[in-house]
This record gives sequence, structure tokens and C-alpha cells, in this order.
Amino acid sequence: MDRLRRTMMFVPGNNPGMLRDAYIYGADCLMFDLEDSVALTEKDAARFLVYNAVRTVDYGNTEVVVRINGLDTPFGKSDIEAMVIAGVDVIRLPKTETKQDILDVEAVIDEVEKKIGKELGSTKMMAAIEGPLGVFNAYDIATASDRLIGIALGAEDFVTNMKTKRYLDGMELFAARSQIVLAARAAGIYALDTVFSDVDNEEGFRKEVEFIKQLGFDGKSVINPRQIGPVNEIYTPTEKEISKALDVKRAIKEAEEKGSGVISLNGKMIDKPIVDRADRVLHLAMAAGVYKEEFGDEK
Amino acid sequence: MKIVKRALAGTMESSDIQIVVEAGEGIEIELKSSVEKQFGNQIRKVIRETLEKLGVEDVKVIAIDKGALDCTVQARVAAAAYRGAEIKENYNWEVIK
Repeated sequence: MDRLRRTMMFVPGNNPGMLRDAYIYGADCLMFDLEDSVALTEKDAARFLVYNAVRTVDYGNTEVVVRINGLDTPFGKSDIEAMVIAGVDVIRLPKTETKQDILDVEAVIDEVEKKIGKELGSTKMMAAIEGPLGVFNAYDIATASDRLIGIALGAEDFVTNMKTKRYLDGMELFAARSQIVLAARAAGIYALDTVFSDVDNEEGFRKEVEFIKQLGFDGKSVINPRQIGPVNEIYTPTEKEISKALDVKRAIKEAEEKGSGVISLNGKMIDKPIVDRADRVLHLAMAAGVYKEEFGDEK
Repeated sequence: MKIVKRALAGTMESSDIQIVVEAGEGIEIELKSSVEKQFGNQIRKVIRETLEKLGVEDVKVIAIDKGALDCTVQARVAAAAYRGAEIKENYNWEVIK
């Protein structure tokens, strides 16, 4: 589980200029949207456009995610068919409420993969949870399919369903965020946070990113290239954190060589959770390109 | 694929191309482009090839290009053609790109 998904940038599916340029800003994932950002009369045109962009543009290592319309709309099935054939990495379901929503989409993906002779299971899925029922069912949703790589909170619909609105302190989202990150961790998949719509409020945005990192989220959805830098920066381990992680790994290695059962560093006992955290810091640092060597190469 | 009504796809925004299709005889293309001199022939070629792949034989195309990539031209032509043919499902994805 070491792929970076710190930033997932939303790109409206019916905008050719944005589809062409989106990858240059350094987001870990791009999410081309066929759903809410596309007018009802343009769903078919956006689908053709995203299909051709995915088949033509080299997005390099950036993960390509497409948010489809739900299967309860006239567009969902064609969206899935086109995107599986186009070869997107991940299909994102909007407004996921139950495990059955995942199974229904998976059945269509299965069908298309079989039809075109694509490896079964190669198209991954993620689910956006955008209402109270989805939050209640988060663990069932997160464990519904082996194709799932993550679940995400969609806050705008959520707060509307909850008869509230978004506040800067985010208290209205605390229960949903906690439930989603718990479900993702229990299922062993990624947890992604919702968008922060006020692009001009960088201070508020940074606070929110720091908070969701504290809760345990893997990353955040972003709506503007300006938001990518702050998230990547907050999520990339600092030199101090990397150095501390390396100290932990060295201490373990030394203890193992001595055959010592008890491991200590600077007088503090090191146990498994601390080692796991050190491993995660090094994985993140390597994935972010700020630390190059595998620990095994360290002297 | 037979064009049975006038249909439009795409916008006049930068990097896009607006395609209008209507019933015609043979493939006739009228193009206005900000890069006509440099890329006019290439854009016409992409429009024609896309229509041929879709099996459209009789159509008049009016295209206003704003610097679209080839893949955008193909997508807009396909969208306009399917709309003009009043086909709303079971697209032939394999021939579109």
C-alpha cells in the first residue's frame, strides 16, 4: 500500500483544455468528472472527450480516475463501458450508499472486461460516500469488492443531507470523516478527504489538510492546481521525520545483530507500532522522491 | 451511420472545436480555424477519417476550431455524428479512437 494518493485533482470532463493540461501540476491522481460538473445535455460529449483523452494523452505515472454517473441514471452503464475500454486505472462511483451499489457497478465492469478480453479485476474502483446512509455502511462498502482501492468523503452532498452546511472548523464532518477513515483502515484501503471549495483561503485549506492528516486520511481531493502544492508538502515526510525513522530502523538492526530482545533508542523502548510508523514514513518518503535508498542499503 | 438531423457538439472555448453536422451528399467539410494555415489540412483529415470510421457517408460538417488536439476533434465529431444519427446507446467504442 505505498502508492501515493495525496492529491486527487478534479477535472471537468467536458473541458478539452483542462483534460490536456491537468497532469502538469503534479497531482498524484487525476479525477476526470463525468458527473456533477457536466450538464445533462453534454453527458455523451464529455464521455467521448474523456475516452479519447485517456486513450491518447500520456499521463505518465499519474493515476487516472474517472467519476461516472450512477447506474440509476441513463448514463452510468455507457460511462462504465467506455471507461473500461479506454483503460482508466480507477472508476469512481458517486453517492455510494450500500454494498449493493458497488456490486452493481462491479458486475458491469466484469461484463465489459470479459467482452473485450481485458484481465478480470484490472479496472479498480473507488467509492465516494456522500450521505448519512453511506457513512453508516462505510465498512460494508469498503469491503464489498477486491477492486476497491479507496473510499472518499463527498462533503457537499453530505452536509446538505444532514441539514447543515460547511463550516471552517469542519465539526459537521467529524463523525463522517472518522467513520470513513476507520472503515478504510479496517478494510486495508485508502481514505480520501473531500474538497475545500474556497480556493483563495490558503490558510483555512492548510489547516484542514493538517487536520485530515491527523485523522489518518491518505490524501485530499483538490479542485484547483494551487491546492496541490500545500497538500503534497504537508503529506511529504520532513527531513527530521525521515531521520527519526532511520534511527528506529538502525536501532532494530543493531538489536537483531546482538540478539537482543529489547530494543531501545535514546532510552525509549521501541515496539512494533513505532517500527510500523517508521516503515510508513520511509515508504511515503520514497514514494514522494525525498528519500532514495531502501533501508537495507543503510550502513 | 445516417445523419438524420442537424446536430452540434463542442464549444468555442480555447482548445475545443465546435462541430455541426447535417445531412449532405458525400462528405463536405467547411472549416474555420485560428490555425487554419498551419493545421487546416490536418484537421480536415481527422474529421474525414473519423466520419469514415463511423460509417458516415453523406454529411455536411461545419467546424469552428479553437486549437483542438486531434483527439478532441475526433471526440467532438463522434459526439455530433451520433447525435445527428439519433443513436444514444451501444456506441462502437473501438472505432472512435
